Amino acid sequence: MSRIENRFAQLKAAGRCGLVPYIVAGDPAPGYTVAMMHALVANGADIIELGVPFSDPMAEGPAIQLGHERALMHGVGLRDVIAMVGEFRETDSVTPVLLMGYTNPIEAMGYSHFANTASVAGIDAVLTVDMPPEELEGFDRILRDHDIDNVLLVSPTTSDERITQIVGLARGFIYFVSLKGVTGAGHLDVEAVAADYQRLRAQTQLPLAVGFGIKDVAAVKAVGAIADAVVVGSALVELMGAIDRDLSATEAVIDIARLVSEMRAGLDTLESAE
Amino acid sequence: MTEFKEVETTELPDSRGHFGAYGGRFVAETLVSALDELDRVYRMLRDDADFQQEFDWDLAHYVGRPSPLYYAERLSQRAGGARIFLKREDLNHTGAHKINNTVGQALLAKHMGKKRIIAETGAGQHGVASATVAARFGMSCHVFMGEEDIRRQSLNVYRMKLLGAEVIPVTSGSRTLKDAMNEAMRDWVTNVDDTFYIIGTAAGPHPYPMLVRDFQCVIGREARMQCLEQAGQLPDALVACVGGGSNAIGLFHPFLEDESVAMYGVEAGGLGLSTGKHAAPLSDGRPGVLHGNRTYLMEDENGQILHTHSVSAGLDYPGVGPEHSWLKDSGRVTYVTADDDEAMVAFHNLTLEEGIMPALESSHAVAYAMQLAGQMRPEQVVVVNLSGRGDKDIHTVAERDGLQM
Repeated sequence: MSRIENRFAQLKAAGRCGLVPYIVAGDPAPGYTVAMMHALVANGADIIELGVPFSDPMAEGPAIQLGHERALMHGVGLRDVIAMVGEFRETDSVTPVLLMGYTNPIEAMGYSHFANTASVAGIDAVLTVDMPPEELEGFDRILRDHDIDNVLLVSPTTSDERITQIVGLARGFIYFVSLKGVTGAGHLDVEAVAADYQRLRAQTQLPLAVGFGIKDVAAVKAVGAIADAVVVGSALVELMGAIDRDLSATEAVIDIARLVSEMRAGLDTLESAE
Repeated sequence: MTEFKEVETTELPDSRGHFGAYGGRFVAETLVSALDELDRVYRMLRDDADFQQEFDWDLAHYVGRPSPLYYAERLSQRAGGARIFLKREDLNHTGAHKINNTVGQALLAKHMGKKRIIAETGAGQHGVASATVAARFGMSCHVFMGEEDIRRQSLNVYRMKLLGAEVIPVTSGSRTLKDAMNEAMRDWVTNVDDTFYIIGTAAGPHPYPMLVRDFQCVIGREARMQCLEQAGQLPDALVACVGGGSNAIGLFHPFLEDESVAMYGVEAGGLGLSTGKHAAPLSDGRPGVLHGNRTYLMEDENGQILHTHSVSAGLDYPGVGPEHSWLKDSGRVTYVTADDDEAMVAFHNLTLEEGIMPALESSHAVAYAMQLAGQMRPEQVVVVNLSGRGDKDIHTVAERDGLQM
């Protein structure tokens, strides 16, 4: 059983909704990332989603764009991100790690070289934002050979016909984009999410994580009441941007750890509803 | 020149938008349905006689086509070789080839019932051309433009505002065309239901490279007929500048099967290829994925897109349309560079010899064409795409010549 399957099985058995925090690797500087990952786990993260810095992150709103820019100021590239996961794995062998990024850094590294290195480092899954199923074929085969899950997006504009195609290809879990827009957008509509979620649920038994525009404890709870897992990104990355660089990595994580733990506590009040 | 014949070059792209290894549709899931819809509507209208008639009427009566093919006799003498003909896209309404495409896409928007237009712009020519058609069709228009370009092209910014468009400054990344395109994509993904994104060059996710090319092919079709009429022969060589590459593909495409016609795409050499400060992905880049398509890019070893440099804002882009990548690899088109200084010399040469002030983008093509013509025989013919006029660049030229205006 893969780390991701295992984690969702545990969540299901406990009747809990998963919490998936997103941070950009290397933001605000490379030294913070591994400490932050451990702090996220200690405060209730079930899966860690690690953004791979890219110069042109087209799907991101302003908060996460700035996170990418901060990491790029330190020249953090895909190889560095993979090495960070390797370091994280030295002391955490159970928490699944998903890389979220764009096609070009992976192409520049080479699909096979990437998959080899990522697999050795203990990366469980990859979400390539700008690689829809139509362009996925070669990459998907290589990921499969390395037992790396390929997490695909489904959005409110995805037709039922495409959902069939996507659920046929997806592994690990499916990432449902809660709204038409970029990350951190301000127009989350939970009722609309619920309707689309049912449309997707009707076609797959894979776990469904919902992300985009989920910024605070109330939104986490509202979406958590319907989803298998909730992804929170911009709210955390904004706090990363506010980190006082004079603080040590362990001190710097305090605000973010607190927010994640509040979100975790919020989700856990939902347990009885399951 | 045999390899490219293995695939009928003119039949590309395939149904999924691939030109060989290039092109495709690398976008987030939310945009796929909008691109499918655009593809469906376009394929239907492309073969629709009424739509084509509507487009041709607009090109004739609104844009002012056909644009002349002009024998530049004094420029040819100065180059000292082949006869140089200029395809005068600078005489189009709004002063550049960009309007051919925006008229076509605005008609698509109208047929699709979209009332809100967005566009990205570098030099501002595409922004002006988009604002122009939006005004004419009564659509709202929102143009994304890098802060750096807004500074360089203040005249075009004001033109867009006069035309009723909102110009939205883009402050992320390098604050130029590539970042404006990112921001336009972000707007589109947010407003996908009512918004039509008019991409300004033959790049981006499928079907844009195909439909922009098709709308710009009027340049090459006219030039082919005009050249046969005026010179009594096909051109021996075509020359066009390549940023995203829409004016070049528009000129080249109708000639692709004329094997005797050599083609040269001129990229922006900036301060020189060896300095790394240029905008020449085909000459000094490698294939990668950006803005929805696989194509040659300027990128570092981590796959991060590099900042580009060119004296002309319209060429200051780290990628290129995917069909050019395919034409480079197939060997059908030769891609070369002209640097900032060479473009400036060509700007002055054409202005003084012919009384035609070219855009700095087009000046790159003129620079290479003069070099090329100089090595050719007097009975030979070179057709240069004069893709835009230079009024917008006068401040840049003055500044480089050390003048205060």
